[in-house]
Amino acid sequence: MDLLNEIFVSPFGLMFDIPDLLIQTIWEGFVSGVLYALIALGFVLIYKASGVFNFAQGIMVVFAALTLVGLYALGIPAWLALLLTLGVMALLAIGVERFVLRPLVGQNDAILLMATIGLTLFLKGAGESIFGGEPKSMITTELGLPTGVSDWEVFGGRVSFQHLDIAAVVIATIMVIGLAVFFSKTRIGRALRAVADDHQAALSVGISLNQIWAIVWFAAGIVALVTGIMWGARSDVSFALEVIALKALAVLILGGFTSIPGAIVGGLIIGIGEKVFEVYWGGLFGGGVEAWFAYVLALIFLLFRPQGLFGEKIIERV
Amino acid sequence: MKLKSILLGVAASAVLAAGTIPAALADGHEGELYIPSLSYRTGPFAGGGIPFANGFADYLNMLNERDGGIGGIKIKVEECETGYNAQKGVECYEATKGNGALVYNPLSTGITLQLIPKAPVDKIPVLSMGYGLSAAGIGEKFPYTFTYPTGYWSQMSSILKYIDANGGLKGKKIGFIYLDAGYGREPIPLLEQLGPKLGFEWVGFPVAGKDMQNQGSQWLNVRKERPDWMIMWGWGAMNATAVKEAKKIRFPLDKFIGNWWSGAHADLDPVGADGKGYLAANFSGIGTDYPALQDVIKHVVDKGNSKSDKDKVGDVLYNRGLFNAVIVAEAIAAAQKATGKKAITGEDMRLGLEKFDLSNARLKELGLEGFTGAVKGDCADHEGGGSVFIQQWDGNDWKRTTDLIEPMNDVVRPLLEDAAAKYVSDKPDWKGQTCG
Repeated sequence: MDLLNEIFVSPFGLMFDIPDLLIQTIWEGFVSGVLYALIALGFVLIYKASGVFNFAQGIMVVFAALTLVGLYALGIPAWLALLLTLGVMALLAIGVERFVLRPLVGQNDAILLMATIGLTLFLKGAGESIFGGEPKSMITTELGLPTGVSDWEVFGGRVSFQHLDIAAVVIATIMVIGLAVFFSKTRIGRALRAVADDHQAALSVGISLNQIWAIVWFAAGIVALVTGIMWGARSDVSFALEVIALKALAVLILGGFTSIPGAIVGGLIIGIGEKVFEVYWGGLFGGGVEAWFAYVLALIFLLFRPQGLFGEKIIERV
Repeated sequence: MKLKSILLGVAASAVLAAGTIPAALADGHEGELYIPSLSYRTGPFAGGGIPFANGFADYLNMLNERDGGIGGIKIKVEECETGYNAQKGVECYEATKGNGALVYNPLSTGITLQLIPKAPVDKIPVLSMGYGLSAAGIGEKFPYTFTYPTGYWSQMSSILKYIDANGGLKGKKIGFIYLDAGYGREPIPLLEQLGPKLGFEWVGFPVAGKDMQNQGSQWLNVRKERPDWMIMWGWGAMNATAVKEAKKIRFPLDKFIGNWWSGAHADLDPVGADGKGYLAANFSGIGTDYPALQDVIKHVVDKGNSKSDKDKVGDVLYNRGLFNAVIVAEAIAAAQKATGKKAITGEDMRLGLEKFDLSNARLKELGLEGFTGAVKGDCADHEGGGSVFIQQWDGNDWKRTTDLIEPMNDVVRPLLEDAAAKYVSDKPDWKGQTCG
């Protein structure tokens, strides 16, 4: 009876008793969801264009953020450091295309995945050698990001909105819209979609596969940089950030590996879901449910809708 | 891409990530005092592992440079990268134990728990300085494990004493946020037992390793539970994030106390002024205003033989690693004196650790007056009964704010004895020792 009460009664009683906590929980989940969606977007971009599951997306987040703070530490002004970091990510994209992907054209998917795992280890080693393993502070104010807080007095309580979180939501929204427009309205975007649909057909009409891959890896690099800045500002810049990217796997399973809207919706479902579940039902499991909630949800989706919410249904002839 | 392909790749990545132990560690080290250093300079916990490893190596290298080693025998420190991973830690142990290793300092509770059963078999002591299994402080049950200068349970009791002295414990709710690993869970049995005894309620907030920088939910729960005080058993990137989240929900930082692994410069430097007021326990001095630290700078750092930047020498974790090396060096000297041998074995080292006596007079001789409290062990006491002090972050640096706070020995010691007896109860072949 107590268990039923803990599941069906007291969580809703708590929501009713402290409504400001519920609003705060949903807001925090929304912000986390937007950031998960950003990481997932990096995976989707590369998967759509090349069919490669980019295991290195998480370390790219760390590498981009470390490059930014590392350049700033050398005395380079913040905005110039940001531009230079974009340059580094562009060089990385060209390097990946030239030295990793091009020699492996036509190889099995597993080999391409292994190549991105190799890239992960390379970037991790390079990052630790160049920047050291110590955590660094993100240059939040230097980049002009807001750091204050606004309170909303509501239902006799208080909901706090960190300006940085608001900025994260706004920037992520702009990025998603920008990427959506880029891929649907521009010539390169259309070429990318053609490559995603059929490599051979795209090649036959004169689309350069190499150029498209470099562009899409650069786009994923930009997404990684923005994610690194936002997540780094919320905590700090360290190699522990890499593992947060693992949550994007669950987001992708929910949303579908090839869908940009799927990445966004999946990110929000997991972000809000895990926060609400942790706060209101976490006690049933001794707390810490945030660590596994996303993966269990993904598992349920794999059982009943393996292509995700927005993914294309896989039909294989046998 | 097919699921099978992804699974293949993930499996392969696990193999790659596991890494390999360098074959070079297989050499013997005759005529040297061989000290393996299980360090981690990579991975999510490198922020804590790097300064600790630097302080540890620099002090022992200073003894080589200044004194020609210990008792005329040079010390050989050899690092093996564990990445704070228990499996890699055991691989490091297996790769180095045959080289005449005198003592293991795992710098990880997870690795320590793996090495405790191996130590009596290989006859090489484990010194888990202030971490590891708290019950290992009971020498009769754990002849080969030492936790000098104190253990987690004792430390928790000192923190509770501090809270009691600053508003009382009775009727209070204590929040406990911890890394959800062997290390973080270690003091929970003590809280469970002391809560009813001392009249406080406690509530736990576990943080998974992969969510160290994603603690929003835990702090929403803190807001829901409204504890009077928060205590943290964090490590690595978890600490800075927790302090930022506490600030975010406006939890009073002067009622938020980290343990001695949650109060380093590496933790609060990224937080800066926002962390002003946050408290942490500590048992080793801060800064370089000690003759021994000056000798390290003169003989090692200034000669370019340190991996540490000069401005990081004296940081909390650098000095903690240095203190770990001091305990090792003093135990070696005690072993040499007790056995009359210069080149000692792991078994001799165990004897030296049992004869460990770091008095205030000895600390002064070492150039570390006031660096820490006196620590003395014996056959029965492998913990040393050390005390902690509380330090506070002023927005820019750590400042010591209390004298040494002794643990609640009268309460903790019987609990440790019970826990030690329970640990060995299901191990029929376990060999303890009888102390006179």
